[in-house]
Amino acid sequence: MSAAAATTETKPSPPPVEKIRIKVDGREIEVPKLMPDWQGKLQPTTMLQACALAGVEVPHYCYHPKLPVAGNCRMCLVEFGLPLIGPDRKPVLNEDGTTKIAKQVLPYEPTTVRGAIACATPISTGMEIYPGSPATRQMRESVLEFLLINHPLDCPICDQAGECKLQEYSVDYGQSASRFVEAKVHKPKAVDLGPRIVLDDERCILCSRCVRFTKDIVGDDALGFVNRGSYSTLTHFPGKPFDNNYTLNTVDICPVGALTSKDFRFQMRVWFLKQTKSICTSCGTGCNIVIGSREEKIYRYEPRQNDAVNSCWMCDAGRLNYKWVGREDRLVKCGVRNPERGMKDASWVAALNEIADRLKKAPAGSVAIVASARQTNEELWLLSKLKAKLSATSDSVPRIGEGDKLLVNVDKNPNSYGARLTGVAADPMGSSLPKIADGIRGGGIKTLIVFGEDVTKHGIGAELLGKLETLIVSDILPSQTTELAHYLLPGCAHAEKRGTFTNIKGRVQKLMKAVEPRGDGRPEWEFLHDLVYNVTGQNGFVSIEGLFNQMVKEVPAFNGLTWAGLGDLGVAVRI
Amino acid sequence: MIVKREKLSLWERLYLPAIIGGFKVTLRHFFRKKVTMQYPEEKWVVPQGYRGAPYLVRDQEGNTKCVSCQLCEFVCPPKAIKIIPPGPAGEIADRPNAEKMPKEFEINMLRCIFCGYCEEVCPEEAIFLMEDYSLTGTSREEMIYNKEKLLALGGVHNDRIRKWKRKLEEAKEQAAFPVAKP
Repeated sequence: MSAAAATTETKPSPPPVEKIRIKVDGREIEVPKLMPDWQGKLQPTTMLQACALAGVEVPHYCYHPKLPVAGNCRMCLVEFGLPLIGPDRKPVLNEDGTTKIAKQVLPYEPTTVRGAIACATPISTGMEIYPGSPATRQMRESVLEFLLINHPLDCPICDQAGECKLQEYSVDYGQSASRFVEAKVHKPKAVDLGPRIVLDDERCILCSRCVRFTKDIVGDDALGFVNRGSYSTLTHFPGKPFDNNYTLNTVDICPVGALTSKDFRFQMRVWFLKQTKSICTSCGTGCNIVIGSREEKIYRYEPRQNDAVNSCWMCDAGRLNYKWVGREDRLVKCGVRNPERGMKDASWVAALNEIADRLKKAPAGSVAIVASARQTNEELWLLSKLKAKLSATSDSVPRIGEGDKLLVNVDKNPNSYGARLTGVAADPMGSSLPKIADGIRGGGIKTLIVFGEDVTKHGIGAELLGKLETLIVSDILPSQTTELAHYLLPGCAHAEKRGTFTNIKGRVQKLMKAVEPRGDGRPEWEFLHDLVYNVTGQNGFVSIEGLFNQMVKEVPAFNGLTWAGLGDLGVAVRI
Repeated sequence: MIVKREKLSLWERLYLPAIIGGFKVTLRHFFRKKVTMQYPEEKWVVPQGYRGAPYLVRDQEGNTKCVSCQLCEFVCPPKAIKIIPPGPAGEIADRPNAEKMPKEFEINMLRCIFCGYCEEVCPEEAIFLMEDYSLTGTSREEMIYNKEKLLALGGVHNDRIRKWKRKLEEAKEQAAFPVAKP
């Protein structure tokens, strides 16, 4: 294989793009005539997209790049002008030869500006948009005043405070004081919308993002508005709770604090959370996420936009699958079993040296390795080096579950391709597990190395493990296998170490460290590196970057990648 | 540098006039009003606006005013404040429509610099710098005041606005939603 095996995005040659010249706040720019809409189809470019290309942010609530345009919040109203067309259907020119621009005004009130919503108005040649004009500012101020009329302003108790668009735009574009002296309309608070969602109707600004998301993205038409005017209320259909597997995305896209997550509700204020870019590890899709943590505790996962993987979404199951990281019964001590006194705590150096001595003495073919496709590429590659040195049999455990059409994959291992590409997994994955069991039963295999799996649940029962001379286990949580281990090496959860995963489409993506490992736990790649060095004498890297770059050279499928080149969004390789 | 020493005049060499002058000052002060305060027995009258220890307050109805927004924790320069929010399954707040109150609220009085930022930032008027200036304890742990202690020391704040009560009354008036049917 050559270095060309690793491909970046497969890019078909782009068709020639038709461009339009427009002006944004007096600055002339050229923008494509057609741009992708929420589904990626080419549609006439809107004023909002054109302004974004010009580097001008137009405030908006109901518009979301991945949702159909509704145009109901009116926040993106902007003043604009079009070339004046004379009776001869030709543009009227100014004295200096430039095109005369007619600012759009109300038909019977020529002194009043007629704005247009930037999210739904297509641009045309010669159009001038004024997102910074006094008239636009006044329109935004008025829209905000109306939005705030019935808003409860209970920011101190609202979970959205700190990441609330209503707060942000009120500061940027709103009035300093309210002129509203009448009683506000009170609506239901803390409405139980479904198993994971709480709704505060008073805070809702009726942008309908959640309605569109669940209808058009998930295909579960579960939400809607009832009543009229100021009494309009978001609700789910009677007797049908809002309980699909993507409900928590509505909490992310809700621009205010109307929809809140039951899991995160009143847990922590968002401005305290450290944001770490990482990957969801609950299935083979590998959704890009942001981990919110504070003082070594994880509070939430949020999806991070990656159009090649998960767009802006992630499933509820994956999002809530973080609590085990903080479990009390995590393995925190390195252990070595003493024949008389049972499991004793040991230092890393002592345990690794002892393991290395044993492995060096083991005759070729007497060692088996059960890896996990929940480990990172680097760790699996280090295991493959051990495997090669010891002529070991190796495999990893397959996990097949239920998938869906949107994001959830049937492969519940986050790194099945990593296990395959590094040569640790058998083909098909899991087919060597019975062979290993037979080997132990027959006495051929005397040493078993297990990483991150409870093998007693995968065909290698406790009685077989008892026959082994050496059982080396690394895991995060206690299991029957860790109880029987002769050497116990506490590992790290995904949020506690760095590394890369290869998702089901062959995209290599980075994990970043959000919290410190518990107790004496160390990242697996660190101690595996020590072990590989002790056993094989090979060295050459001290950091994850160096390890990755070394692996890239030696694993054909990864040729050409670099750690830095992976960026935040990862790089696809051919699988 | 050499300073030249002046010769004393005759009046100065007489010596006694200076002694008498000195005793005059002593005698004058002897008959004046005493200024020394017998500190632990006698207490100083704290001036208005003094920034003493920050304590939590309750409203007139005995409800905890703090809603656990954690702005004081955020603004606190020496990080003396630590708040544990109630979480989704926490205790129901004293004022049910205020939805939450802190599960635990700790101020480390050894860290506190009495700057008053917490009082200034509080959107609920729930924390005030009071008049206590002499805080003592026998251990560091004792100097970390918890919610219970802070509320006991803070007492009652005579709240004129009573935002949550007003909201509740307003909501009750609108209970016939949207309008009562004829």
